[in-house]
Amino acid sequence: MTEATDAIAISGLVKTFGHTRALDGLDLTVRTGEVHGFLGPNGAGKSTTIRVLLGLLRADSGSTRVLGGDPWQDAVSLHRRLAYVPGDVELWPNLTGGEAIDLLARLRGGIDEKRRAELTERFDLDPTKKGRSYSKGNRQKVALIAALSSRVDLLLLDEPTAGLDPLMEVVFQEEIARARADGVTVLLSSHILAQVEKLCDRVSIIRLGKVVQSGTLSELRHLTRTTIEAETAAPTESVEGLGRLPGVHDLRFENDRVRFAVDGEHLEETVRRLADLGVRSLVSHPPTLEELMLRHYGTHPPAEPDATSVGAGAADTASGNGAGR
Amino acid sequence: MTATRPAPATEPAPTHGDSLAATLAGTGILLRFALRRDRVRMVVWALGLVLGTVMSAASFEGAYPDEAARQSLIESTAGPAGLALTGPAEYLTDYTYASMLAHQMIGFSGVLIALMAVLTVTRHSRNEEETGRSELLRAGVLGRHAQLTAALAAAAVSSLLIGLLLALSLIGLDIEGTTTSGALMYGLAHTAVALVFAGAAAVTVQLTAHTRAASGMALAAVGAAYALRAAGDATGDLAEGGAGGGVWLSWLSPIGWAQRTFVFVDDRWWPLLLCLVLAGGLAALGYVLSTHRDVGAGLWAARGGRPRASGALAHPFGMALRLQRGLLIGFAIGVALLGAMYGSVIGEVEGMLGDVDVIQESLAQLGGATLAESFVSMVLIPLSTVAAVYAVLASLRVRAEETGGRAESLLATGLSRVRWAAGHLAVALLGSAAALAAGGLVLGVTGALALGDGGLVGSVLGASLAYGPALWMTVGVAALLIGWAPRASVVAWAMPVGAFVLGYLGGLLDFPQWLINLSPFTHVPRLPAQEMAWTPVLVLTALAAGLLWLGLLGLRRRDLELK
Repeated sequence: MTEATDAIAISGLVKTFGHTRALDGLDLTVRTGEVHGFLGPNGAGKSTTIRVLLGLLRADSGSTRVLGGDPWQDAVSLHRRLAYVPGDVELWPNLTGGEAIDLLARLRGGIDEKRRAELTERFDLDPTKKGRSYSKGNRQKVALIAALSSRVDLLLLDEPTAGLDPLMEVVFQEEIARARADGVTVLLSSHILAQVEKLCDRVSIIRLGKVVQSGTLSELRHLTRTTIEAETAAPTESVEGLGRLPGVHDLRFENDRVRFAVDGEHLEETVRRLADLGVRSLVSHPPTLEELMLRHYGTHPPAEPDATSVGAGAADTASGNGAGR
Repeated sequence: MTATRPAPATEPAPTHGDSLAATLAGTGILLRFALRRDRVRMVVWALGLVLGTVMSAASFEGAYPDEAARQSLIESTAGPAGLALTGPAEYLTDYTYASMLAHQMIGFSGVLIALMAVLTVTRHSRNEEETGRSELLRAGVLGRHAQLTAALAAAAVSSLLIGLLLALSLIGLDIEGTTTSGALMYGLAHTAVALVFAGAAAVTVQLTAHTRAASGMALAAVGAAYALRAAGDATGDLAEGGAGGGVWLSWLSPIGWAQRTFVFVDDRWWPLLLCLVLAGGLAALGYVLSTHRDVGAGLWAARGGRPRASGALAHPFGMALRLQRGLLIGFAIGVALLGAMYGSVIGEVEGMLGDVDVIQESLAQLGGATLAESFVSMVLIPLSTVAAVYAVLASLRVRAEETGGRAESLLATGLSRVRWAAGHLAVALLGSAAALAAGGLVLGVTGALALGDGGLVGSVLGASLAYGPALWMTVGVAALLIGWAPRASVVAWAMPVGAFVLGYLGGLLDFPQWLINLSPFTHVPRLPAQEMAWTPVLVLTALAAGLLWLGLLGLRRRDLELK
């Protein structure tokens, strides 16, 4: 996995705090030039992973390479080539935002003055205010401007837009797209699924200190269920038969429309059978990232046994996979 | 939303009385809450003030056992320096143990109780606003004036309780000259001073949006009040019954008013009324000002700072110096003032200290030299203790930056841990030595002026510099703890505490010699009374360097403690 083209290559990473096993054999590969989404609930180990990548924490075991170097041994030289935005930026109460931006960027090894001015303008930050008077969102902006106006190869962003308003969120997304166009690799830990769907080439999902799923969004979608809504010419009784097919779940009727979820691997077979019933109209929803996440964290409503949800009285509104677009 | 916004038109027009009650809605709950939050703090303040007073009062009998001792104390105190450090000369006309206590203590403990009042008011008003908690509370059923009223009431309740405790303890102790009404007046004089400065804080919290600036301004008023009374009292003449050309200065100071009750001598109540009137006026001004500003804002708009960093800020030492400069300047001024205070009395040392057995005994241990030189050697201990307090605060800044989450962003840049920590530790090393040198220089200059001996400047400055290695050891111990036992880094406070307890009181309290030897300050040559000894100075410097190296080594290999 540790090819020269990988900006980040982690395998079997373990980090414990006392009795807590924060990272439990984590594997993660981020290819050079990609925007990689890092998803997981609070406490799953996202921040711990990023802090190991920064050499702020020392790994107990496993191998970790960042830009071809060891994050603990080569911390300072690596840090000149990367920029980091923590999820909870703390500033110095008696330094202004402008001073903090300069401080962080200069210590990293220089600042692109044009970008600094442009970003300050775009993020609408007043750089003359003292750190203690900034709101949470403004503190995030300071760290974002410092990171984005440095010339680096890698951006490590740990929930960077917490506290930003939707307008600033748009600015952030445009700036990340621009960084990617410039060839910068980005590891983006986030809770905002729309942000990840929009920006990320590949996604890794972490749970209890392990990466449980990794791939492009379409690869991940293939692993999960597509929701299908159709109106058929055939009578209800024959449509009910679909519910007995392998991989079909939650079959329900809404008036004269049928609605069900189907596993990615059985999609082709199911659609063929559906076509035989005389399709009048057809809507399919790919699984949203939200559904994907929920499946991995086990809070998704459990799939009912295939046949039992089919019934003549199933006119009441289906509720199961209501997350369609 | 502004605090001055009128009530919505749909509400029935309130009568005047209703609206006043409405602006105070919730005060009682807030006050109970404030007192509950402060319960430990207040017990500590009360214990400190009462025990300090009782211990002073109880010590007089031993220190001044007969009329001769008392007479020589009166003579030595009657000079300008003695009066500046104590209070008006009128007390000397009837110097019982009780009036001695009032003379020596009211100025000092008045400052302390004023400090308590200022911190209480700012904590429950401006600090609540600055942290944003106020916004949450004010959105509930809470009147516009409730928070300020609760803050003032918390300060009033605390200072009244402390005043009554002081009175009760004096009645219980019943030293010579004590009367019940005098004891009550003694206690309530403290309460009155506290109320004035609670009122001052009620004004300053309206002016600025920042707690530290608000308490700083109010504390500056406390300092000014003390300085005015010291300047005024110093001109008093015992032979004239206390009259003097500059005594009017003392009448500008609320602390001066409290002292001019002449408690246990004349027992005048009316100066305390001045305190109450001023306190009420200041509080009223605070209320008026508070209606002219928004919640969370100050009357003075927050000043903008530099939009760009200076070149020095990107250097670890420059950055640490910038972040710590307020602390360093404050301590340098503090040590210098302490030096000025000791230096100004150096001329009267013979008279003042010659008869105090305790001090004589410890001076005798220093041997040789003149009494003035022995005095300098002795007062350098409290001076170096204050510098050591700074050394600990400045060193522990490394830890504060780490746990405060600010180090995280910095250490993700091209700044290494060692350079980052070394910047702060270098400020601690140089700053502590510089603060002590400032104190030594001022002590030397004021002493030289008092004695007319210019040679004292150099010798006192040199003597203070000899403490540098002990201060560096203090920084070294802090660095070692930060590197290897970060959660125990508060243990570094043992250094200044040890410096004072073992160095100043060690000989008197008969501590075993091995314990006294533990403190690096014990090994500093006691210049100018004793000869310079290079060995301990060099050994301490080498030890400090070793501790710093070890500490940085530990910091390099451990996990950072992050939020």
